[in-house]
Amino acid sequence: MAPVGAVTVALVLCAGLIGMAGVNPLKAYAEMINGAFGSRLAITETLTRAIPLILTGLAAAVAFRSRIWNIGAEGQFYLGALFTAWAGHGLVGGLPAILAIPILMIGGMIAGALLLAGPVLLRLRLGVDEVVTTLLLNFIVILFVGMMVEGPLKDPLGFGWPQSVPVDRAFMLPDLVARSRLHIGLLVALSAAGLIWLVLSRTVFGAETRAAGLNPRAAAFSGIPLSQTLFLVSLLSGGLAGLAGAIEVLGVTGYVTTTMSPGYGYAGIVVAMLAALHPAGVVGAALFVATIFVGADAMSRATGVPSFIADVIMSVSLLTMLTALLFTTYRIRR
Amino acid sequence: MNEALDILTTASLWAAVLRIATPLIFGSLGALICERSGVLNLGIEGIMTMGAMVGWLSVYLGSDLWTGLAIAAVSGAIFGLLHAMLTVVLGLSQHVSGLGITLFASSLSYYLYRLIVQVGDLPPTIQPFQPLDIPVLSNLPFLGEAVFLQAAPTYLAIALVGLTAWMLNKTPLGLALRMTGENPAAVEAQGLDPIRIRIGAVMAGSALMAVGGAFLTTVAFNSFFPTMVQGRGWICIALVVFASWKPGKALAGALLFALFDAYQLRLQHVMDGVPYQLFLMAPYVLSIVALVLVARRAQVPEALMMPYRKGER
Repeated sequence: MAPVGAVTVALVLCAGLIGMAGVNPLKAYAEMINGAFGSRLAITETLTRAIPLILTGLAAAVAFRSRIWNIGAEGQFYLGALFTAWAGHGLVGGLPAILAIPILMIGGMIAGALLLAGPVLLRLRLGVDEVVTTLLLNFIVILFVGMMVEGPLKDPLGFGWPQSVPVDRAFMLPDLVARSRLHIGLLVALSAAGLIWLVLSRTVFGAETRAAGLNPRAAAFSGIPLSQTLFLVSLLSGGLAGLAGAIEVLGVTGYVTTTMSPGYGYAGIVVAMLAALHPAGVVGAALFVATIFVGADAMSRATGVPSFIADVIMSVSLLTMLTALLFTTYRIRR
Repeated sequence: MNEALDILTTASLWAAVLRIATPLIFGSLGALICERSGVLNLGIEGIMTMGAMVGWLSVYLGSDLWTGLAIAAVSGAIFGLLHAMLTVVLGLSQHVSGLGITLFASSLSYYLYRLIVQVGDLPPTIQPFQPLDIPVLSNLPFLGEAVFLQAAPTYLAIALVGLTAWMLNKTPLGLALRMTGENPAAVEAQGLDPIRIRIGAVMAGSALMAVGGAFLTTVAFNSFFPTMVQGRGWICIALVVFASWKPGKALAGALLFALFDAYQLRLQHVMDGVPYQLFLMAPYVLSIVALVLVARRAQVPEALMMPYRKGER
């Protein structure tokens, strides 16, 4: 029950900050819950927000379990999104949607996977810390996206807004609930979580990734191909973050802008930690973070508390969860 | 192409180099002190953001500029203490804690800024540090404008490089700090407390990071806005590796980096038709290249990222 305790402590700590804004924290939290679940529209919005968070959360969880510090999910998200918008605009033009959509998603995954492959190879071959390289790549990729949407991929019908050409309407994901933004990407994200859980807990590869993270020397000694395992893990992790970007384009925006992610990549780290790096827990944690995101916007409109409080609650939860892990059997060192 | 080369002979380029380098010097010195004691502080990006906000806000609310920098330093030390509690005392993951501190410190500074300051169409401004007019030196041809017309905190940063190098290499405190980063058990055998040394180092280093952030809002700009640190913290982390954890080399790295940055800013105006994003990417690409170049011969402190527990071998 570490996550529940951690989140409770975080909410209590943040109540003080809400109080500073001259608003009763209980009222503010009630507004948040109301904003995230108070109506049919609110519920579908929260679930829509949870989709990319499940995927970036999985991306972080998979990597962190093997002690690969992929902090580049934000960049991988954008590269996946960019590929999908580009290919979905023309490249897969003549194909039926049933073929084109999977191709676009897999393409987005490959884009994200390749982006993480570089830093991980640098670490495995040269010992370059992947935290710094993946962080720096986030800035590079977002600038690259900016260059593309103001240049070769600029939407000529975008009224001057820097947004990319749109994906063919036929390839947009069908709605899961009528008259809402909630799309079938939710099912993809949930299946991904289930699949990752199966792979990690029921296959030899899963056991090897865990061993590689817990004790690399023992793992290598017992004959696990360490570099190969870590490399495959990073392809998986980058691929999941790329998929998040692809699905956000196909399900919500239809095009790419440089501001389409409110930090889904970084929030994925919080999601993964709150889930204690467990794939099934990621779904619940993503739902919590989505609740905070959507709820804080509504609460901010109703009470005037700056909506930055959402990021504060998220980051404090991360720190309290990290501390809470001390008291459980699962412990992350180094 | 001559135009591109002519930029190098303008005094304003070199003046900009020192100005751009200053926050990087503060930040990488701070990161260096933390890492030399054995603690990676990825909170740097958020601590710089907090320093930028707190330094600016103090001045905006009426304190003088130097007091603003001092208050920023205190705010940095507080977040350093938090990082040290989590990683040094509790022995938690330095990576995750550092990122958590970055997310926390930056979101908290945005939140507090919005709470306290009424932002209209434009962010409110303060009267920033002015260039220091040094007798004789500032009036030298070329050199005067290029080097000796900086704001005072820039000279402070350069002086701190010397001071840090002296502290690390010539004083008992520096020896204890370096030893804590290499072999904390040996420090304990000397009758010193490696835990306290690490806490102190992380707090001092974080204070410097925050001053680096405050430089942005009290010298380079005159207002605060979200995401203004722009990855400078991460670049500092890369610079420390590039500098093999040595203050003098960190200064050289920061200056080299700033030269590149100042040059690309001016090159943008000369080279029409090239997307400006390519120029903006350059600093980040350069940092990665620098990391790769030194990777093979990096002399990492032995006990970096190893939590120390008393009585544990």
